Amino acid sequence: MKIDLSDRADAREQSIPTAEPSASLASLRDPALPDSAPGDQSSTATSRARGRFARGRFARLRDARAGLIIAWGIIGVVLLWALLPALFTGYNPLVGVPADKLQAPSLAHWFGTDALGRDLLARIIHGSVHSLSGALLAVSVGLVSGTAIGVIAGSAGGIVDDILMRVVDVLLAIPGLLLSLSIIILLGFGTTNAAIAVGVGSVASFARLSRSEVVRVRRTDYVEAAFGSGGRYARVLLRHVLPNSITTVIGYAALQFGVAILAISTLGFLGYGAPPPTPEWGLLIAEGRNYVATSWWLTTFPGLIVVIVVLAANRISSSLGRNRT
Amino acid sequence: MSIPQQPDPGALASAPVLSVRNLSVDYRTRAGIARAVNNVSFDIAPGEVVAVVGESGSGKTTTAQAVMGLLAPNGHIAAGSVSVNGTDISAWSSHQLESVRGTAIGLIPQDPNNSLNPVTTIGANLAEVLRIHRVGPASVIRSRVIELLTRVGIPEPEVRAKQYPHELSGGMKQRVLIASAIALDPQLIIADEATSALDVTVQKRILDLLDELRSELGTAVLFVTHDLAVAADRASRIVVMKDGEIQEQGESAAVLSAPSTAYTRKLLTDAPSMILRDRDARAVPRARVDSASDADRIVTVRSLVQEFSRGRRQAFRAVDDVSFDVVRGTTHAIVGESGSGKTTVARAVAGFTRPTSGAVTVDGVDVSTLRRDALRQFRRQVQLVYQNPFSSLDPRQSVAEIVAEPLRNFGIGDRTTRAATVAEFIDRVALPASTLTRLPRELSGGQRQRVAIARALVLHPNVVVLDEAVSALDVTVQAQILALLERLQSELGLTYLFISHDLAVVRHIADTISVMRAGRIVENGSADAVFDFPTQDYTRELLEAIPGTTTTRSSR
Repeated sequence: MKIDLSDRADAREQSIPTAEPSASLASLRDPALPDSAPGDQSSTATSRARGRFARGRFARLRDARAGLIIAWGIIGVVLLWALLPALFTGYNPLVGVPADKLQAPSLAHWFGTDALGRDLLARIIHGSVHSLSGALLAVSVGLVSGTAIGVIAGSAGGIVDDILMRVVDVLLAIPGLLLSLSIIILLGFGTTNAAIAVGVGSVASFARLSRSEVVRVRRTDYVEAAFGSGGRYARVLLRHVLPNSITTVIGYAALQFGVAILAISTLGFLGYGAPPPTPEWGLLIAEGRNYVATSWWLTTFPGLIVVIVVLAANRISSSLGRNRT
Repeated sequence: MSIPQQPDPGALASAPVLSVRNLSVDYRTRAGIARAVNNVSFDIAPGEVVAVVGESGSGKTTTAQAVMGLLAPNGHIAAGSVSVNGTDISAWSSHQLESVRGTAIGLIPQDPNNSLNPVTTIGANLAEVLRIHRVGPASVIRSRVIELLTRVGIPEPEVRAKQYPHELSGGMKQRVLIASAIALDPQLIIADEATSALDVTVQKRILDLLDELRSELGTAVLFVTHDLAVAADRASRIVVMKDGEIQEQGESAAVLSAPSTAYTRKLLTDAPSMILRDRDARAVPRARVDSASDADRIVTVRSLVQEFSRGRRQAFRAVDDVSFDVVRGTTHAIVGESGSGKTTVARAVAGFTRPTSGAVTVDGVDVSTLRRDALRQFRRQVQLVYQNPFSSLDPRQSVAEIVAEPLRNFGIGDRTTRAATVAEFIDRVALPASTLTRLPRELSGGQRQRVAIARALVLHPNVVVLDEAVSALDVTVQAQILALLERLQSELGLTYLFISHDLAVVRHIADTISVMRAGRIVENGSADAVFDFPTQDYTRELLEAIPGTTTTRSSR
């Protein structure tokens, strides 16, 4: 072995000419040199590319911030729609003017009108309260019961953990839409019931996530130190485990908010949600379906609104996830 | 900026492998631009070992990263040059630097446990650097991997190459990383705190290996370390850094024997192994040990056995028949390498694990029989201080809340008296009152450990178990915390059970010592007896591994 090594040391001395120790490196810098080593690149080109890369990163950072502000802006506007719809539109969402039926978007009707002559924008604005409150209810159901199951399972451990998690596994095994439909059939139709159904569908993933966070926090030194300084079980759970595991779950809740809007719209589209003439977003798309060939705006605008709100919720969710320390 | 002279052919034998000139590195932060390294210049000649020494935050790691072009995305070289073999690489792109990394400069990272890809085998990890640089066909790479593993002293290299990183010990993993660093015969190896995470004995073996490789291959080594003792033992030249600037540099012997700056002198006195112990400092507790009656033994451990079940396999016996006593008001140290079972003993004494058999008695109470509320009340007697102050404090609570928590748990006092007690203890651990409203992340490691100590003391416990409580800290901070612990012991009459792998630290604070190996106590006695007249080979090995001892011996 040693002989071999000394050989290699010699070989290296030969391979790097002592007369010019910098030659092998210098050659890497100069693209014109023909005997350049593998891996070299035109240095001017790469340094220019590097500058562009650095500037691009800055721009991306700024764009990211701007994107977040826009996302909050969108959610803010939609919230205002839900709270004060009259501020944004003068049209009645339920009673239309038959003479103005199926008009294309114009200055008078920005998003056009439907088959009964109702202003589509007014219906979207007035419908936001149904979609948003539904999504909020769905997320609350999932967040509260899911987190409760997860925290109990993660902190108790043992047989309790096993039983709860197998139940959660069963819930996860059923396709979300099927689960929601089954629950709606049990509870009956309607916006609230649709929201609860969507919420129950998300209990399992909330439980899984919060359990994993609790298990992580439960093992940390500071939780043990809290027990070590005489902390009782419930108190340590409330003071240390819950606050330190909730951030990720909150981020997931924001993500779930977007998913819930989509799911409630899906149920509305399928006819399991709010009954007509309620201007619920999913129902709007479903009603516009009959006129896709002639009146594109009836499906496109409500669809776009759903897409935009869901994207905004996702953007906010990812920023919440990133800020956790 | 001084431009290095064009080397003339005659002087080439000693032309530096690495030449850093007036290097300044800036970090872009939210608060503006922060200069981490300012106007740093030094050279490393072929085959030379240079150590960059400083506390955390001194800019030593940033310097090493700048040399390799591995600065964090928000950092950049603001001025100066980094020349490898005479070529300035400071302005090179990441892609260009790939031709230097590995081939001209090898890096040994700090933490061997995080530096190997856990999902591929050791052999694949090691082959990666060879594959990237296209050393040859797969068969050549395979044989070269085995050769490298043999070279860094790994037994059964063929077997190891097929194992995964988690199957190897920390020292073994560090050897693999060294193998990876020398794989392409670089002229310079940068060792960034490469041994700081290792036990002293393993550290010594790794440093010996590096020395051997250097003398055989003629590789220059740049040591980045906070431990002046390591630098003193191994480096021919020392560069002392503080706050991003070079305080002084020169031949090791010169820097150590005649330090020219106050900062270097302070580093020298803080390094635990660099000074001989003041034997009178612990005269009072030592006298207590000598005159102890049975009633004075506050902690007694008798035939302690701790097993951990491993499923179907035979249970793992982490602690095997351990017995020792601690006299009230003294410090008992348990010393050993990682895996020797010393932390398990500490946790049994603190009541966190129930022993498989044997008895642990603290102040007349048998810990192993305590349940629920009795165990909770027992916490007032014994407190544990953890190794890592970054994980032992709740990141969401203020310092005041953290220190007040034990008081709240036992319902001691009301809001105002609790606040007064907390303020008193924050003052006792020498933190300013302004710390009370801070969050842990706003504090340094040393400050956090002070908070952890305050939390442990606020209940007026009799016994404090310190589980490697200073191991994660810089030497300077370590010295401060040790001084604090000694002062608190004399003020409050505390008894310490001090767990450490670092004999140099133990020598400062311990009155009695148990040396543990593989779950058993191999040597037990007073600190002076164990240090001056060790009876076991293993103890002698541990003592010899303390960095700085060779220098101390030769210079005194």
